[in-house]
Amino acid sequence: MPILEVEDLSISFKQYTSKWQQETLTVISGLDVVLEEGEILAVVGASGSGKSLLAHAILGILPGNAIQSGTIKYKGETLTSARQEELRGSEISLIPQSVNYLDPLMRVGKQVRASAKSGDPVTLQRDVFEQLHLQEGVENLYPFQLSGGMARRTLLSTAMVSGAKVIIADEPTPGLDPVVIKEALKNFRAFADQGCAVMLITHDIESALTIADKIAVFYAGTTMEIAPVENFKGKGEALRHPYSKALWNALPQNGFTPIPGSQPQSNALPPGCLFAPRCPIATPACGEARPEMRELRDGKVRCIHED
Amino acid sequence: MNKRMLQKTGTFLLLKSIRMATLLIAICFISFLLIKNSPIDPIRAYIGADMLKVGPEQREKIAAYWGLDEPLMVQFFNWGSSLLAGDLGTSMIFRRPVSEIIQERFMNSLILMITAWVISGVLGFVLGVVAAMKKGTWIDRIIKWYCFTLASTPTFWMGLLTLIVFAVWLGWFPVGLGVPAGVLAQDVTLAERIHHLILPALTLSILGVANVALHTRQKLIDVLASDYVLFARAKGEKGFPLFWKHGLRNVALPAITLQFAAFSELFGGAVLAEQVFSYPGLGQATVEAGLRGDVPLLLGLVIFSTLFVFVGNLLADIVTYLVDPRTREGKSL
Ligand code: SF4
Repeated sequence: MPILEVEDLSISFKQYTSKWQQETLTVISGLDVVLEEGEILAVVGASGSGKSLLAHAILGILPGNAIQSGTIKYKGETLTSARQEELRGSEISLIPQSVNYLDPLMRVGKQVRASAKSGDPVTLQRDVFEQLHLQEGVENLYPFQLSGGMARRTLLSTAMVSGAKVIIADEPTPGLDPVVIKEALKNFRAFADQGCAVMLITHDIESALTIADKIAVFYAGTTMEIAPVENFKGKGEALRHPYSKALWNALPQNGFTPIPGSQPQSNALPPGCLFAPRCPIATPACGEARPEMRELRDGKVRCIHED
Repeated sequence: MNKRMLQKTGTFLLLKSIRMATLLIAICFISFLLIKNSPIDPIRAYIGADMLKVGPEQREKIAAYWGLDEPLMVQFFNWGSSLLAGDLGTSMIFRRPVSEIIQERFMNSLILMITAWVISGVLGFVLGVVAAMKKGTWIDRIIKWYCFTLASTPTFWMGLLTLIVFAVWLGWFPVGLGVPAGVLAQDVTLAERIHHLILPALTLSILGVANVALHTRQKLIDVLASDYVLFARAKGEKGFPLFWKHGLRNVALPAITLQFAAFSELFGGAVLAEQVFSYPGLGQATVEAGLRGDVPLLLGLVIFSTLFVFVGNLLADIVTYLVDPRTREGKSL
């Protein structure tokens, strides 16, 4: 059963290019993802492509100048901003990217305990710290005293003590040593197996592949393909979108084939398929209109030529 | 850990004392030179209107009495060594020891400055917080406009304005002085003193608000846009509790530091406000000493105000050190 559905989500920002001229910058357009109960979905895309905004939109904490359209549903119910306010922190929990998301003047143990909605906060926090191999003294430290890895584990703990049904993890792995990554990912798995769900937003496709059930490939502000994780094998024959294939084959162990060109900037998007300028099999038809997301072989794809 | 803390605090204090000593020596020397080279003739200042009746021989005698005939450096060292012995000299215009005058005047000024300091600090902080929370609304615009106007208002002008409105038109407060005229010192009541204090304190407070308010506003806007406030919201915190937990501490710290560091402006403001209100504080004494060439008093006041400002900065450092865990438990000072 889907626990979280994002349909046709677009996010844009009004920006002043000069004193009088305003420009609308579309950072996310027509994005669709579905998160099922008991599932880990990885949204994979290059860094700096606006993936964090997806997390912020789900929680309803986009900045004031953002314009959002599309629908987000939690357990089948369309979210309003009032409903989002009720759900965040209790039903949906965010694991942010960096230590900057911790209050610099508050001890981290206290910050983690503040996230606990039921049960004894201190016990909860200590249990989680132990699970994540954070030593006893860490709870009395201030954020500036944490190493990068400790900070990430602290952020992880805030979500784990919250008792939320959905965890949205924004780039949880960089800077962690492999042992801790494994531990963190194992925690996500255990969490999902309890009937909850995890959305992992990351650029680290390899870590994502080790635990996710489904991969949503994110490119230039939208999802290009949603594929079960088993499709990522061999030369990527089972994948549906040329970009997913290229991404897979660009990994060191798969031939390291670079993708020519670079991702379009959000103020200079191509008119048709967003991948057309770099696509090896593009035809003139690709440049005419944005391809719709369509079902294909147990997954979804946004490409007119694949079948 | 504790021993290390003690050691660190010790080094901190030692460094500060050295800094203060060198600062004081430099200030003393420079002000001494400045006064000596100013067009003020101390003898004329001492004698005042009777100048015409005093012949050249008498003038020389007076000069010899004050040690004014000796070379400049000798004069400086004479003054410096008696200073080290705790003797600030005798004021020429008041004919009393400088230390006594400073002490007496300082008590008056201190009440004035503390009142203004507390009121402007609290009021400025609150205004800054309100403006930041309501950023972009008419409340914010009014507060900002008020602060910018104040920041460019001279103290004496504001002083005159309050005088005209509250003392002359409304007649609520006396026009000047620290105590009622024509009443013996021991008969002056506390209520009368407070009555005389209100207008100068009000003037200073109104002006002192701008700095803290604008700083607090900017800082809180930054804090509210910070990642940790975003995360707090993501965890379901909102409204006033969110501000209380994450905003207040992060904003109060720079505000308090700023307020302590503003001792110099406070002192400068007091000089002008006291002048306007003829309030018998340090500031008024400074102006008189300057205008009438009372060298010992002026030098004494310079030293004292340096100390005063230095203490303000020191307190700012100490508060930051104690309240901010990043300095307390992390890097040394
Ligand atoms: S729609 Fe065309 S350009 Fe876009 S990915 Fe498919 S084949 Fe390539």
